[in-house]
Amino acid sequence: MSFFGFGQSADIDIVLNDAETRKKAEHKTEDGRKDKYFLFYDGETVSGKVNVTLKYPGKRLEHNGIKIEFVGQIELYYDRGNHHEFVSLVKDLARPGELTQSQAFDFEFTHVEKPYESYTGQNVKLRYFLRATVSRRLNDISKELDLVVHTLSSYPELNSSIKMEVGIEDCLHIEFEYNKSKYHLKDVIVGKIYFLLVRIKIKHMEIDIIKRETTGTGPNVYHENDTIAKYEIMDGAPVRGESIPIRLFLAGYEMTPSMRDINKKYSVRYYLNLVLIDEEERRYFKQQEITLWRKGDIVRKSMSHQAIMASQRFESSSHPETTPTQSQEEDS
Amino acid sequence: MADTIADTRRLFSKPQNINDAYGPPSNFLEIDVSNPETIGVGRTRYTTYEVRLKTNLPIFKLKESSVRRRYSDFEWLRAELERESKVVVPPLPGKALFRQLPFRGDDGIFDDSFIEERRQALEHFLNKVAGHPLAQNERCLHMFLQDESVDKTYTPSKIRQA
Repeated sequence: MSFFGFGQSADIDIVLNDAETRKKAEHKTEDGRKDKYFLFYDGETVSGKVNVTLKYPGKRLEHNGIKIEFVGQIELYYDRGNHHEFVSLVKDLARPGELTQSQAFDFEFTHVEKPYESYTGQNVKLRYFLRATVSRRLNDISKELDLVVHTLSSYPELNSSIKMEVGIEDCLHIEFEYNKSKYHLKDVIVGKIYFLLVRIKIKHMEIDIIKRETTGTGPNVYHENDTIAKYEIMDGAPVRGESIPIRLFLAGYEMTPSMRDINKKYSVRYYLNLVLIDEEERRYFKQQEITLWRKGDIVRKSMSHQAIMASQRFESSSHPETTPTQSQEEDS
Repeated sequence: MADTIADTRRLFSKPQNINDAYGPPSNFLEIDVSNPETIGVGRTRYTTYEVRLKTNLPIFKLKESSVRRRYSDFEWLRAELERESKVVVPPLPGKALFRQLPFRGDDGIFDDSFIEERRQALEHFLNKVAGHPLAQNERCLHMFLQDESVDKTYTPSKIRQA
């Protein structure tokens, strides 16, 4: 916006140094679209250039300073005005003065802490972005570049199975078992339902994955339940002693890692809901929380590097160099 | 790059007992509403239906029973279940009061097609209710299905299994 049409203005463009090599990840926007953004992990350096291009070459651009910020913020939809910034870094690029020509400014945020994963949910959004600002007396010019952050976890040391006997007295007793309590996002849920007593007429059984997003504290707590998956595991009437297997591949569903009390503002939890439906459409269900976590590719890259070193050590020089391809990791 | 292939082998389960696999299931429960009979003459006529039950559920005292019930008995059962249990009780077929008005061209509530419609709906109602684990705990249901007659002055109670 400029008065009288002929004031100088500028376009800002933020370009990352590793734009060519850095991976992009798909992330849902608030209106449901899926866009791709540069993917970062905790501790990685964010560096690049801010290009300030003058609209009218030859005219000066007076400004009150040029800066770039790296921001991580949480936005609750019912409280839009208040953005809670949990990461806020600033680099001054230029002191107040004037630009006589278009210019590029280098910046580097070294080893930035990114403690939480980017998340766009039903009532809350957590995002990271770079914001370059040319301050001016009347109106600033700014540009934002959204980034996506994934939080990685390593294989849990303790990952006990979930095994429980549940039922209705004298009517229905089942024992359900899921092989783990913590699953990574590309994992497989392997389990079984064992029928101990069946005095009702069951028609079919399914397993649902439910995502529950909880925002707010105290009296203003909002729960949003979303059924991510419904997967029929049995069609027909079982009898005592029958065992129904479960094999549910998680990679096919859009899920995030479990998030517990992020910055004391929100949680995202996942539940397996086992549902039995009888011939009169009555539903019997048992809900069980599971923990989802994100496995990194980074671990494998370093292992491949080690494999290269190992193979070079033992192979004679007459062998053609073999690039390790689909190397299977041994389960420890 | 391939991920480590997850172990998707089935979890171990005990082999099923042959008797359990091929024997009669533990959830056998069949209820029929049939043989409508109109009793009495003139204004005091009413229709009764045979309610036959066959089951192997331990909660029913008799494994086979046959009683005769009229529409108002079904109404009584529905009201008792609504009051005494947490069950969402399905609706009964309508009272058809308009059929009881005089000067109709047909037999009113003693019309064959009407009785058949009602019979089917009453059977559907009983099957839905009798299979409900919570309704099975109510004394009124057992009295309705298996006692010679319905004692409307009974004391409501829950069935205790031995």
